Amino acid sequence: MEITTSWYLVLGALLFVIGGTGLLIRRNPLVMLMCVELMLNGVNLSFVAFAQRLNDIGGQTVVFFVLVVAAAEVVVGLGLVVAILRRRPGTTADDLSTLRG
Amino acid sequence: MSVLNAFGFVGPSIDWWALLPQVILLGAALIIMLATALAPRKTSTVFATVTTVCSAIASYIVAVGLWNDVRTDGPSSSIASAFGIDGFSIFFTMLILIALVATALLSHGYLDREGIDAPEFHALLLCSAAGAIVMASANDLIVMFLGLEALSIGIYVMIAMHDRRSEARESAMKYFVLGAFSSAFLLYGIALTYGATGSTNLVQVRDYLDAVVFRDQHLLMAAMALLLVGLSFKVAAAPFHFWAPDVYQGAPSPVTGWMASVAKAAGFAALLRIFFAAFASHQIDWSPIVSVLASVTLIVGAVMAILQTDVKRMLAFSSVSHAGYVLVAVQSATAQGTAAALFYLFTYTFMVLGTFAVVGAMGPDDDHPLANYAGLGRSRPLVAIAFTVLLLAQAGIPATSGFIAKFQVIAAAVNSENYVLAGLAMVTAVIGAFMYLRIVMAMYVADDENEGPTPSWHWTTSIVVIAVVGFTLLAGLVPQFLIEFAEEAVPILIRG
Repeated sequence: MEITTSWYLVLGALLFVIGGTGLLIRRNPLVMLMCVELMLNGVNLSFVAFAQRLNDIGGQTVVFFVLVVAAAEVVVGLGLVVAILRRRPGTTADDLSTLRG
Repeated sequence: MSVLNAFGFVGPSIDWWALLPQVILLGAALIIMLATALAPRKTSTVFATVTTVCSAIASYIVAVGLWNDVRTDGPSSSIASAFGIDGFSIFFTMLILIALVATALLSHGYLDREGIDAPEFHALLLCSAAGAIVMASANDLIVMFLGLEALSIGIYVMIAMHDRRSEARESAMKYFVLGAFSSAFLLYGIALTYGATGSTNLVQVRDYLDAVVFRDQHLLMAAMALLLVGLSFKVAAAPFHFWAPDVYQGAPSPVTGWMASVAKAAGFAALLRIFFAAFASHQIDWSPIVSVLASVTLIVGAVMAILQTDVKRMLAFSSVSHAGYVLVAVQSATAQGTAAALFYLFTYTFMVLGTFAVVGAMGPDDDHPLANYAGLGRSRPLVAIAFTVLLLAQAGIPATSGFIAKFQVIAAAVNSENYVLAGLAMVTAVIGAFMYLRIVMAMYVADDENEGPTPSWHWTTSIVVIAVVGFTLLAGLVPQFLIEFAEEAVPILIRG
């Protein structure tokens, strides 16, 4: 069976969904950060697959921008996690409930 | 450059004059950070505030110059059509700069009182303002995404900077997780738009959609849905609003004002540019969805606000319902509706900044039960009057800008023959007014022995509140100048 770009698009969508589900159901802040990365990388894979299908380099350059933004986001996210854990070790997202939604 | 040229690389031409507003803001952020790092003593809050305000004013002057250019030479775009120089981008640049000056002045007294490092705060504020301007001016989805991230990352840190309160860090974490979640949705929407149309540039997207009839438009529909979800999180439209009350309550008040005004305005700028300008030919697909989103947002905002007891949470739901009114204007997909949305955002920015100015001055920023405001009418009559004007303006009482804004939004819905939504907007305006009146009642109707609160007032806060109240009444009594400005700022996409 030939592997077409559609396969990569499906894989990208799956990664995105797995990341999104993980972000909603996992309670460990670090795992939540990893899930964000998973979502963004699912998007990256879609961009590259589309670029391949359209024979256009634009989609591949976008990936570099996304990688940089994801790195910047993780820096801030890890900073926040450290700031919270230093005050209250072993915190999970369930413990962050002083504010009631 | 010469090495790149040798490989046949030709960069796009860059109109630096058009980029000057953001460059000034980023330069000021660098100056503040450098001066703080190099100064032998701790730099004062005054230095940071003055630098921020001066850079915002300089930037504003450039924006006025650009506005004159656009009026004489017509709109244009720069950097390979990625950055629009049109009435729309300058409208939002001016709005964001005004909000920047107001937030810088409001944070002046606040930062000293709550013990937050001023230089870092102001540097982040400037970066976040530059990001918001880029987001509102971007003609390319990736540039828009970069602007959004610059705006959001600055806000995440500004929320968490309040050392003393664990609520601030908690709400920063919540905003961060949901912000990252929504950015991923937006980005996936961009990827699918790219897949469906072959470009991330909105000018090319529009040209492609105008020219091509899709045999199967599932990909484009999915792209629109994801973009809408991603931006709905940012503007706090229901059902994607659940972060708003927690984050608004936990964040330092000046940052809450900044989030409620600029993050929402930039989000709507992106929404209008993408949907109204680029996806105009597929209006029939997205307009009904936006209309449903608007009605849910209006109902949730008005009803949930009544159930709250904390003033900041009440105002969070009020900001949700304001997002609903702007969406009512957006769904009409006409130039009239878009001008109404712009007018609404402009006047709303003033009202919400003034409201959070008063909230921020009400003593230590821990919690804001309604009881804290009891007797304010007796202890500080002028503050109470200003607060009353701003709350009534948000409720949409005649003679304030809020009334004209709501009237225009509802008129746009009626003209697009969406009578159900127009009726719903009127009903929820009445329900919403109850919540604002509850705060007003608390201020004036109090026991005789209650001395009333004594806000820690700084003169910079007074300037902001006086200017904001003045503008709210001015735009309510003689709105014509702002209506014309909004009509000239309807977005258009120009190839550069």
